[in-house]
Amino acid sequence: MWSLLNIELLKIFRRPRTYIAFGAIAAIVFLVQLALKFDGKSYVDLLLGNLNGSFEFPDEFKHKLLNGYLICFIILTALLIQMPLLVALIAGDSIAGEANMGTLRLSLTKPVSRTEYLMLKFLASVIYTIILLTWMALLALFGSMLIFGTNDMVVLRSTGIDQIPASDVLWRYLAAFGYAAVALTTVAALAFLLSVFAENSIGPIIATMSIVVVFTILSEMNISFYDDTIKPWLFTTHMVAWKGFFYVKATEDGVTIPGSIANLPAILKSLVILFGYIATFVFAAVWVFRKKDILS
Amino acid sequence: MSAIIQVKNLVKDFREIKAVDDLSFEVPEGLVYGFLGQNGAGKSTTIRMLLTLVKPTDGEIRIFGADLKKNRKEILRHVGAIIERPDLYKYLSGIENLRIFATMSGVRVTKKKLMDELDRVGLADRASSKVKTYSQGMKQRLGIATALIHDPKLIILDEPTNGLDPLGIADIRNLILHLSKDLHKTVFISSHLLSEMELIADAMLIIDKGKKVVEGNAHELFDPAKTMVQLKTTDDAAAYGKLETSELKNVLHEKRNDSIILKLHRDEIPALIKKLVQMDIGLISFDSRHSLEDYFFSLTTGQQHVESFKH
Repeated sequence: MWSLLNIELLKIFRRPRTYIAFGAIAAIVFLVQLALKFDGKSYVDLLLGNLNGSFEFPDEFKHKLLNGYLICFIILTALLIQMPLLVALIAGDSIAGEANMGTLRLSLTKPVSRTEYLMLKFLASVIYTIILLTWMALLALFGSMLIFGTNDMVVLRSTGIDQIPASDVLWRYLAAFGYAAVALTTVAALAFLLSVFAENSIGPIIATMSIVVVFTILSEMNISFYDDTIKPWLFTTHMVAWKGFFYVKATEDGVTIPGSIANLPAILKSLVILFGYIATFVFAAVWVFRKKDILS
Repeated sequence: MSAIIQVKNLVKDFREIKAVDDLSFEVPEGLVYGFLGQNGAGKSTTIRMLLTLVKPTDGEIRIFGADLKKNRKEILRHVGAIIERPDLYKYLSGIENLRIFATMSGVRVTKKKLMDELDRVGLADRASSKVKTYSQGMKQRLGIATALIHDPKLIILDEPTNGLDPLGIADIRNLILHLSKDLHKTVFISSHLLSEMELIADAMLIIDKGKKVVEGNAHELFDPAKTMVQLKTTDDAAAYGKLETSELKNVLHEKRNDSIILKLHRDEIPALIKKLVQMDIGLISFDSRHSLEDYFFSLTTGQQHVESFKH
C-alpha cells in the first residue's frame, strides 16, 4: 500500500506543472507582504474605518496592529479563494489525466482493485493539498512573523473587534490550517469525482472551479427563505468557518478569555458537513469508477 | 494441452451496438494465439474484457482455470499486457516508468533487475532519459518491458506492431517468438495483419462483427493445398471457356467480375503458369495467395468471398 502511494506521489511531484501552485502561492504571499510593508498604514486605516465613528485608535495601536499574525490572517482570507483552483489542478487531473495520457488502461490491467487505485489517487491528492497548505503556512505565517514581528492580534468582526494576546495566537493558526485542509480536501474530492467522468483534465478543473464560484456566490447571498434552507448545506458556506478560531469569548468587562473560541459548536458542525461532502464525493467516485468501461 | 484462456458465449453491447456477439474460444497453454479481424471487428473490446477494463454484458471468461470476475487480482498477477499504443508517463524516465508498473504488478524490484529488463529490450543506455525523448519503437519496447517485468505466464498484446517501422515490427516478432519458444509463455496477440500472424502464430481465430468466423491451428489454416490463384486476362470469358474444357477444370474455382479464381496446391503453381502460356491465354496479372488470406482480404474489403475459404 505504501509503495503504491509512493508511486502516486512520485507521479504528482515529478510533474513540472505541480510546482506552478507552489510558485503562485509564493508570489501572492510575497506581493501582499510587500504591499503591506510599504503601505500597511493605509490598509489599517481602511480596516478600522468602519469603527472610527465610535472608537479613536492611537497611532501606537495602529502600528502594533500590523504584525505578522494579522498579515497572515489577511493573506489567508485572500488566498483561500485561490487555493481551490490550485487544488483542482491536481485532483481534477488525477484520473482524467491518466485517461488522457493512456496510462489508465495499463494501470488497471495490474493486480490493483479499482477501489484501491482510486483511494490511493485520492490520498495522494490529499497529501498534495496538505503539503501546499503547509507551504502557504510557512510563507504566510512564519514569513510574516519574521518580516513584521509578532504582537497581539486584532480581528475585525461585524460586532466589533477581538483582541487576542500574542501568546494565544499560534495554536489558533494551527487549528485554522487544519480546518483549511479539510475545506480544501472537499474541493479536491469534488474535482476527483468529476475527474472520474472525464478523459481530459481541463473539463473537471473548470467544472470544479465553476461549482466553487457559483456556490460561493450562493453562500454570500442573503435571502430569508434560502438562508435557512439551502445555504446552511452548501459546502462553500462552511469553507470559511476557519475564521471562527479567531473569534474569542470575552468577560463582561470586555477582556478576552485566552484559549476560548466564541462558537466552537458552529465550527464542529461545519467540519461534520465538510466531512459529509468528502465522503459523498469519494463514495460516488468509487461507485462510478467501479462500473465504468475503460475505453480511453 | 490445457486451456489458459476459456471464453464462453461472450457478449458486449454498447447501447445499440453489439461489439462482441456470442464469442467462444479457448487458448491452449504455451502457444502464440493470433486474434485477427478488421478494425472494428471487436478485437480490442474482447481484449479489454480479458483484462477487466470493459465489463461483459454476458458470458464467462476463465483464465488459468479461474473465473476472471471472482479472481481478478490473482489472475492479473500472472498476466502482462499492452493495449494498443504503449502509453507511458512521458515526463518520467524509462526506469521510473518500469519501476511504477513493476510495483503495481506486485513485485519488489531492485535497480539491477530493472536495468536487466531494460537491457533485454535494448534500452539500458537510455534508462535515465525521459520517455518523451523516446522513438515510437523505443516506447513500444519499454511497453513490452513493463508487461514482462513481473514474469507473467500469459502475455496479451493488442496490435503491438501498430505504428512501427519494418525493423521495429521484426523486433517485436522475434521477441514474441522468444517468449513462446524459449520461455514457454502463452501469448495472445491481436492484429489486423494476417501476414504478420502467419509468421508467428501457432493457432488463430478470426472474428468479424464480433462473431467467430474461422478458428484453427496454423498448419490447417495455412494448408498449401488451399492456395488461391487470381488471373486477370485480356478476355476473361474466353479464358474461362478454355480453362473449362482443359485439364485445369478441376482446379477452376470461380469466375468473378474482373478475374478468374483457381484453387490448387502451392507446389502446382509453376506447372500452372507453364500450362497457361501453352494455352495462349492473354494474362494481364497473376496473383497467388492462400485461401485464408483471400478470405481475410474479403472481410477487410467488405466483399462477400467467404465461400472461397469455406470450400
